[in-house]
Amino acid sequence: MAEIKLPAMSPTMEEGTLAKWLVAEGDVVKPGDLLAEIETDKATMELEADDGGTVVTLHVAAGTEGVKVGTVIATIAGEDEVAAPAAPVVAKAAAPVAAAAPVAAPIAAEAVVAATAPVAFDGPVKRQTVREALRDAMAEEMRTTPEVFVMGEEVAEYQGAYKVTQGLLEEFGPQRVVDTPITEYGFAGLGTGAAMGGLKPIVEFMTFNFAMQAIDHIINSAAKTNYMSGGQMRCPIVFRGPNGAASRVGAQHSQNYAPWYASVPGLIVIAPYSAADAKGLLKSAIRSPDPVVFLENELLYGQSFDVPEGDVAVPIGKASVVRAGRDVTLVSYSIGVGVALEAAKTLAAEGIEAEIIDLRTLRPLDTATVLASLKKTNRMVVVEEGWPVCSIASEIITVAMEQGFDDLDAPILRVTNVDVPLPYAANLEKAALLKAEDVVSAAKKVCYK
Amino acid sequence: MARTATPKSGTKPKASAAPAALTDPAANAASAKDSSRGWPRPPEPKRHKATGPELLDFYRQMLLVRRFEERAGQLYGMGMIGGFCHLYIGQEAVVVGIQAALRPTDSVITGYRDHGHMLVAGIPAEAVMAELTGRAAGISKGKGGSMHMFSVEHGFYGGHGIVAAQVPLGTGLAFAHKYKGDGGLAVTYFGDGASNQGQVYESFNMAELWKLPVIFVIENNQYAMGTSVNRSSSEDQLYRRGESFRVPGLQVDGMDVLAVRGAAQTAVDWVRSGKGPILLELKTYRYRGHSMSDPAKYRSREEVAAMREKSDPIEAAKREIIEGGFADEARLKEIDKEVRAIVTGAADFAEEAPEPELSELYTDVLVGTY
Repeated sequence: MAEIKLPAMSPTMEEGTLAKWLVAEGDVVKPGDLLAEIETDKATMELEADDGGTVVTLHVAAGTEGVKVGTVIATIAGEDEVAAPAAPVVAKAAAPVAAAAPVAAPIAAEAVVAATAPVAFDGPVKRQTVREALRDAMAEEMRTTPEVFVMGEEVAEYQGAYKVTQGLLEEFGPQRVVDTPITEYGFAGLGTGAAMGGLKPIVEFMTFNFAMQAIDHIINSAAKTNYMSGGQMRCPIVFRGPNGAASRVGAQHSQNYAPWYASVPGLIVIAPYSAADAKGLLKSAIRSPDPVVFLENELLYGQSFDVPEGDVAVPIGKASVVRAGRDVTLVSYSIGVGVALEAAKTLAAEGIEAEIIDLRTLRPLDTATVLASLKKTNRMVVVEEGWPVCSIASEIITVAMEQGFDDLDAPILRVTNVDVPLPYAANLEKAALLKAEDVVSAAKKVCYK
Repeated sequence: MARTATPKSGTKPKASAAPAALTDPAANAASAKDSSRGWPRPPEPKRHKATGPELLDFYRQMLLVRRFEERAGQLYGMGMIGGFCHLYIGQEAVVVGIQAALRPTDSVITGYRDHGHMLVAGIPAEAVMAELTGRAAGISKGKGGSMHMFSVEHGFYGGHGIVAAQVPLGTGLAFAHKYKGDGGLAVTYFGDGASNQGQVYESFNMAELWKLPVIFVIENNQYAMGTSVNRSSSEDQLYRRGESFRVPGLQVDGMDVLAVRGAAQTAVDWVRSGKGPILLELKTYRYRGHSMSDPAKYRSREEVAAMREKSDPIEAAKREIIEGGFADEARLKEIDKEVRAIVTGAADFAEEAPEPELSELYTDVLVGTY
């Protein structure tokens, strides 16, 4: 008897939905036959049989959501066993015995998010993932503004490599939801030209790692042209996609480009954490007359937050205080905010109340909010999922030193990833990435505790 | 346990579907007999039959570019123009012949050898020259310089300093024309040097895939800075460079304004009829160095002199005007005088106009307020 376990079908998959069984108990399968359709966080995948045999038991009912990776979903009897005439009968009889299948409860992917208490909205909210919020932002803006279109690899028929553009092709058609060839330099330039020609493109990079092939157009063509033309040439374009480390994808696919783009005058750079900010800021980005680099995070896509219903845009260039506290300021953005929130919980248990600033926009930087918090707490730690050298942390620390020196009661510390290309091995990767425990230590250190 | 990454979407084949043939059996046979592989091709362009006034206008425009560039060269020598300055002298017939086939709603984009394109697009010579001298009255308020000039009002989208960057940008302008359905097309100029950049082929692919209204114009002036086409290009017949993307190409005498005008018409007709992009290779020659700082030692004086003597586009147009009886020497001298007056006026203006206010340093970085 072979146990069929739900495999991880993407680097970040922790659970899936067993959408459909393509076999029934008692069926004889050959190697390569399709067993089931599994919906992951990114796509619907087909599960194949490795070995032939007879399907003895299906442990998880079709339609079950939140099945954890590694859960036994079926049992198949080997061909030798099936060869015996009585085997099918035995197999069927075995079914009830194995019926106590471990169907996983929906996992608590929101563990970190649960700490996000202080952000409250007036009016009705709905619970949404970051992925859905981004999609809604694009769809809402496309409904009101005909010049807005989306282009990128797999954005249309595939429904998005990370499902962010799911459903857009169906609603807006192939003229406005454009699948491109794998040609980042080309389509980034084409999108920039279309913006110069009066359209409002949203260019999706499958990940920002691939945008390095296109960075010339983002910086030399999109960011600088308004200035070089004395203000005549508009370039209202949004470059968006996941940025930063994903999970076990190695050095070339795990990098935070925020400091790169945030150093360029002429660009707007946004890196939201919550779904509400992802939606509200993407709407503002699409409406902006300037070129915007919109940095998402793959690990946040599946996380759920409260999102205000309706047309709510979040202003560009405004940080948000996501947790109030009197003892130390933690400044962060994107996935780092979740790490800071986790650290704040630990610190609170030890009597240290941390104030957390989510920068949200990295250019232009809301230094006023950062300095106001520093004035209040007199201590600061910058939390960044990225390299330490020439980072957003470097910039925040400089601003605090230049403009808030008299408010400082301790040196500012930065907690970041380790200064190495991201390794693959699970233990090394963990060691290289930003950790809440390090934020806790740094916070205590600046509080002299 | 194996798994397939086949997405569930209507058009993707299932993993179990029979694989398609790996090669197109017809490919080799077709390419042997016809390099265009049987895709539809535009007709052979005809040399344009110009009326007298038309030919005189072409002559006047070419002369304006020539005299303007000569004067720019002088101002550079006097230190009035800084940085990089790429002169168009010798290539005038290309831009004059192409622009004459366009409508005001069309878009034009080029690289950094852009002064001629701007003048022919109708941008006042003062505004171009004042940009070269870095003055507030320059077309980019003095903040762009020779390589970075734009005039949306004249359908001129730059003026781009990165070799070949204008090719996907121009393809994007064409995308915008098609998206808006305004009937316009985009002319995307680039040089023989740019034709070896990868993004050119990324653009060809998307332009043909989406049938975008774009005319790719390779201004083959024979030298990418100091490297001749033969030393840099495995396929030196640049009009063939679109073939593997099914973009048809035509090779044109870029020193003959009427040949250019005729080919431009063929290209415009092709693109406006919805057939997608077309590639024109204009064989031309620049008399001056790549930029003002280029001593041009990679070619002989004799080569340049022979080209000037035998193939100069302005002299050829002049002969044709006289021989056709469209005007006499006296009329041509008058035109010469008018052109010189425009250029002198522009140069005087550009020398005297004030520099930008220091406060301009901080303007035009962003459009919005955040």
